[in-house]
Amino acid sequence: METFLQQLFNGLTLGAVYAVVALGYTMVYGIIQLINFAHGEVVMIGAMVAFTIITLLANSGLPPVAIVLIGTSCAIPVCMIVGYALERIAYRPLRNAPRLAPLITAIGMSIVLQHVAMMVWSRNNLAFPQIIKTETYDIAGASVTNIQIVIVILCLVLMGGLLWLVHRTRLGISMRATAQNPRVAGLMGVNINREIAITFAIGAALGAVAGVMVGSYYGIAHYQMGALLGLKAFCAAVLGGIGNVPGAMVGGLLLGVIEALGAGYIGDLTDLCAVPWLFAGLAARCAAGEHISLFGSNYQDVFAFLVLIAVLVLRPSGLLGERVGDRA
Amino acid sequence: MTLNGRLIIAGVSAIVLLGACGKEEPKPAAKAAAPAAPESITIRIGHVGPLTGGIAHLGKDNENGARLAVDEANAAGIKIDGKAAKFELIAEDDQADPKVGTTVAQKLVDAKVAGIVGHLNSGVTIPASEIYNQAGIPMISGSATNPQVTERGYKVTFRVVGRDDQQGPAIAQYLSAERKPKVVGLIDDATAYGEGIANEVEKTLKAAGIKVLPREKGTDKTTDWKAVLTKVRRGNPDAVFYGGMDATGGPLLKQSRELGMKAVFSFGDGACTNKMSELAGPAAEGMICSQAGLPPQAASKKFLDAYKAKFNVEPILYAPFTYDAANLLIAAMTKANSADPAKYLPELASISHAGATGKIKFDEKGDRKDAEITIFTMKGGKIEPTAVLQGGKSTKFDDFIKAAAAAAAPAAPAAAEPAKDEAKK
Repeated sequence: METFLQQLFNGLTLGAVYAVVALGYTMVYGIIQLINFAHGEVVMIGAMVAFTIITLLANSGLPPVAIVLIGTSCAIPVCMIVGYALERIAYRPLRNAPRLAPLITAIGMSIVLQHVAMMVWSRNNLAFPQIIKTETYDIAGASVTNIQIVIVILCLVLMGGLLWLVHRTRLGISMRATAQNPRVAGLMGVNINREIAITFAIGAALGAVAGVMVGSYYGIAHYQMGALLGLKAFCAAVLGGIGNVPGAMVGGLLLGVIEALGAGYIGDLTDLCAVPWLFAGLAARCAAGEHISLFGSNYQDVFAFLVLIAVLVLRPSGLLGERVGDRA
Repeated sequence: MTLNGRLIIAGVSAIVLLGACGKEEPKPAAKAAAPAAPESITIRIGHVGPLTGGIAHLGKDNENGARLAVDEANAAGIKIDGKAAKFELIAEDDQADPKVGTTVAQKLVDAKVAGIVGHLNSGVTIPASEIYNQAGIPMISGSATNPQVTERGYKVTFRVVGRDDQQGPAIAQYLSAERKPKVVGLIDDATAYGEGIANEVEKTLKAAGIKVLPREKGTDKTTDWKAVLTKVRRGNPDAVFYGGMDATGGPLLKQSRELGMKAVFSFGDGACTNKMSELAGPAAEGMICSQAGLPPQAASKKFLDAYKAKFNVEPILYAPFTYDAANLLIAAMTKANSADPAKYLPELASISHAGATGKIKFDEKGDRKDAEITIFTMKGGKIEPTAVLQGGKSTKFDDFIKAAAAAAAPAAPAAAEPAKDEAKK
């Protein structure tokens, strides 16, 4: 039971990170139906910028929390500029092109950003300065750290803030109007280009926060860290219903939990010794206390993509659906 | 360019001579121009390792080691077959990817390199060595420790580093003798290297009667180990061994402590770097790990000084081995008086070389004879050698260094002996 609870906590932390990254995908998709495959790289840039600032300030004597906050607040504007630049350079000129074209430029931009980051921050694994002391709390036999708690709470706060922005502000109204019908929104006096650019910038800002989360949680930053993270967050967005803000949240958390439980239990579930009548030849080895599993926990990364396939086959609109009128 | 230069020099000197003393024949000018281009041959040596990706820092370290050897050979003005030999290092990036590794290997074969230093990873070395074997080009790896590298009967495949089936038992032996664990958890990164070394650890532990938990696996890119570790934690191990590199081992160690695991963590050479303390923070303290061969700080002082002077950094891990590997190729070519792989290969196989990592001789498989394995412990953010295992015998590191220093004086004549033995046969 405590193992299950521990896996649940592991999954929720992982899922919170996926959720914040997935918000970036879902916002952009919601407004211009584009899958911004360079979003994972924006997260990476966020982590890298924060890494640089935090490393610079690590020995400055400031309180650790302040250093991390300064690092994050430097990463956010940088990522917003990157996000805006992506939209301006790679997507806006192609807004009326076939939908495949911006998808290809998105992949191209992701490669460009990766290599720029490689040139700036080197190809080494950068050790994120671990200035915040990790406190471990014991909850019913499961260990949870202060950083994990902060990540989950921050994720909920960001989510709430985004929902408020989309539904309760003037900016949100014009974003939703652009999402529903850009041409009509334009006729109503909404500056579509501005709304789209702001959407990209907000998504990128969320990406920056996610980058700092990943960096401080795992203690490592690398120029390729955004690629797999981005793909998984994309799966999370599709799982929840891409274009749907609460969907990204639900999809992210769910995907994290699926991954943690999957990696934790796949070995037991595919243990051939659990069904001895099927494989009589293995009986001797099983009796000796061996476990012969078909799949090990190294298949952890597979679950996200299995989920993606399952969703696309069974429920293409995702768990909460692509609620078109609500998307932002 | 050089041809044009020579023509111009010849032409100008001819004109000058003609102008100065019109009656003389222009022949002396032509004669004078010929020795201006002394006969030389360019010998290409390939180096392959990952220069991009998660372990690029180790790849660059390897390349630096080989480059140092090549630069020193060029400065020494070695003559092969009466011609001044100019060695050229062709450094390629295999991205630690077996598919890229074979492509790059073919590229080097096509470029007609005389010998190869590399690759870094076992998983990349194994398929690439098939290509070198077909082309008959000798390959010496300074870091591929998987037994399979030299187990396929290839005559041109060598390594100057110990094997996992020596390294795995060594760390397992040390672990069971010094830490006396009752239950050990085993994790690997599902690569040829990680799985290979974890298998050897498992064998030795089981032979010693220690309970081993079912194997858990990640990948060589895993950063989130919590699910795997939670599962290992369930078995209550006193010690955990991880077969993998530092880029994944660091986060693994950090997360194990976050989960409240108190077990001793042990690693193979891939995660036996100071980087572990940066990546894992305070969690790294007290971890133990092994390296095939001797640590960089135990490499010859001459090498260490030269490396630092040239690259302005300390060698990280395998640089002394790739340095020796490149030197072995050069020494064998010098001895055979030829850069033709077919001609210098017998010399390489029977070589006895005093390198930066000690005395090197190859056995019939191409493995290094009497390879040492060093055990390290993380103390105050730095890995420090604690013991040396050789042929199943464990020596405290300080004692080993003392013994080596005492043996250093008669080491030079000892190196000459095997050559005599060879001559007798």
